[in-house]
Amino acid sequence: MTEEALKDLLYKIADDQLILGHRNSEWTGMGPLLEEDIAFSSMAQDKVGSSLAFYTLLHDLGEQEPDTVAFTRNAEQFHNCQFVELPIGEYNFSLIRHFLFDHAELIRFQMLAECPIEEVAQVAKKLKGEVKYHVMHANTWIKQLSNANEEAHTRMQESLNYALPYALGIFEPSQFENDFIEAGIYPGEKAIETKWKENISKILTEAGLTLPAWDSIEAVYGGRYGKHTEHLQPLLSEMTEVFNVDPTADW
Amino acid sequence: MYGGGQVFEPSSTNNDLLKDEDPKKLAEFEARIARGEKIEPKDWMPKLYRKQLIRMIEQHGHSEIIGALPEGTWITRAPGFKRKLALMAKVQDEVGHAQLLYGAAETLGKSREQMIQDLITGKSKYSNIFNYPTFTWADSCFISWLVDAGAIVNQLANARGSYGPYCRALDRICAEESFHLKYGHHCVIHLATGTPKQREMMQEAVNRWWAPMMHFFGPSDKISTHTEILTKWKVKMATNDECRQQFLDMYVPKIWELGLTIPDENLKRNEQTGEWEFTEPDWEEFKRVINGDGPCNKERLAVRRTAEERGAWVRRALASKTKGEEYVAPMA
Repeated sequence: MTEEALKDLLYKIADDQLILGHRNSEWTGMGPLLEEDIAFSSMAQDKVGSSLAFYTLLHDLGEQEPDTVAFTRNAEQFHNCQFVELPIGEYNFSLIRHFLFDHAELIRFQMLAECPIEEVAQVAKKLKGEVKYHVMHANTWIKQLSNANEEAHTRMQESLNYALPYALGIFEPSQFENDFIEAGIYPGEKAIETKWKENISKILTEAGLTLPAWDSIEAVYGGRYGKHTEHLQPLLSEMTEVFNVDPTADW
Repeated sequence: MYGGGQVFEPSSTNNDLLKDEDPKKLAEFEARIARGEKIEPKDWMPKLYRKQLIRMIEQHGHSEIIGALPEGTWITRAPGFKRKLALMAKVQDEVGHAQLLYGAAETLGKSREQMIQDLITGKSKYSNIFNYPTFTWADSCFISWLVDAGAIVNQLANARGSYGPYCRALDRICAEESFHLKYGHHCVIHLATGTPKQREMMQEAVNRWWAPMMHFFGPSDKISTHTEILTKWKVKMATNDECRQQFLDMYVPKIWELGLTIPDENLKRNEQTGEWEFTEPDWEEFKRVINGDGPCNKERLAVRRTAEERGAWVRRALASKTKGEEYVAPMA
């Protein structure tokens, strides 16, 4: 497997983590109750921290410093799926996204923990321990809110329906998909997707939410290769506003 | 972050509450405090003590949650991973402090919901300093370093007070605030010793924030009315001027050390008295801002109100699940 392929994998993971961490941090000080404000902020920190771990791996492979990579690229240079760049919306959407995304991440890190590239496996091993708690948090809230009352149930169902096409975009195949599988890096996006569907179905059933037939949902692809929604560039412009006052300065 | 004295102004009419107290119980209560004992939630306490403590702790909680807004807005713009991660953690701490403090106030009989309601309707106050805007990254750095430093001065004093749950909350809060202060100082050092543009940003922030910082500790003792009883009951542990002097003594040299100037030509330490002399802050502006007419009062409350409204369905859903279960007040 080429270094280019490995970078392709690491970039999409790092960018997903950074953008979702950034989005979730927008709840800080704005959460529906203090405990959730704190929880979301904590998970956002984990996500941004995880992205830094992957940008550091990329730096070790010859890419620029993590700050430069994260704070100077344009939207079309980002490899995140479109799902993570969508605005935080109402809390029901942010929760559903957290649920759908973190279930996928947990499987991804579990698989990468077995990766023959030791540096990648080490990071994945550490992060799967963190994401496990994020998934527990998501499962608890999805079940509790969806079963609570009609208002909450309706909100959760509507957000789920809206989110699913984007969530499938997490698994947009890489141009190096076969290389990863052949080199035993991890079993590939299709494998994550299959396991993910199984895992989320179980929780959604307990939550009393309806999962539409999978073949009726069209996945939103494009993010992995620079095609983004109109939401990403404003997010990046805001994120880099201070850094770009003087990118050579020490902040 | 928090400013103590300025929002905590007991009115003298409250002393009427004392008239009906049982003199024997009151004497026992005062003797306990004089011995340095802590008062706990289920202990007997005068109505006035309870009322003033609720007001004080509640306002402190509000200051944490409103204080998260001017800094929180810079999380999405923090320059670089190190600052972004640290600022997220810092603001999260502040929200955590609100949670701790509301818990401490709840032990005195006022629910969190009622406190938040009183905040968003403007009935109860929060630290005045958060009614000023953070125009640049340097403003957020000023808050992280110096507003938190001022808060620590206040809070270390109050941590020696008489109400157990509040003191314990303050001990935890001060431990976290000391990290905030290190983070803020580090940010300010980088700006003040950085590029000309960065130095300019930092100096402008100091110029903007100096007056609110002087207001932070509350009106001068000369014009501020405090009842002796609150000092005797160890509710108020240091006067506004004492806190202000301590802050100036600790931080003015550090600000000057960085080559920054302070926009008060009369500011100097009187070597004879050891006291800092300064231009009397504009207390009329202070009053105007605290009474709602500051640059950001409306915006801060509107943001908080919107957050409450947008999250109301979540709280309704949780309440519907716990119907019939008795609510248990925090042990603090």
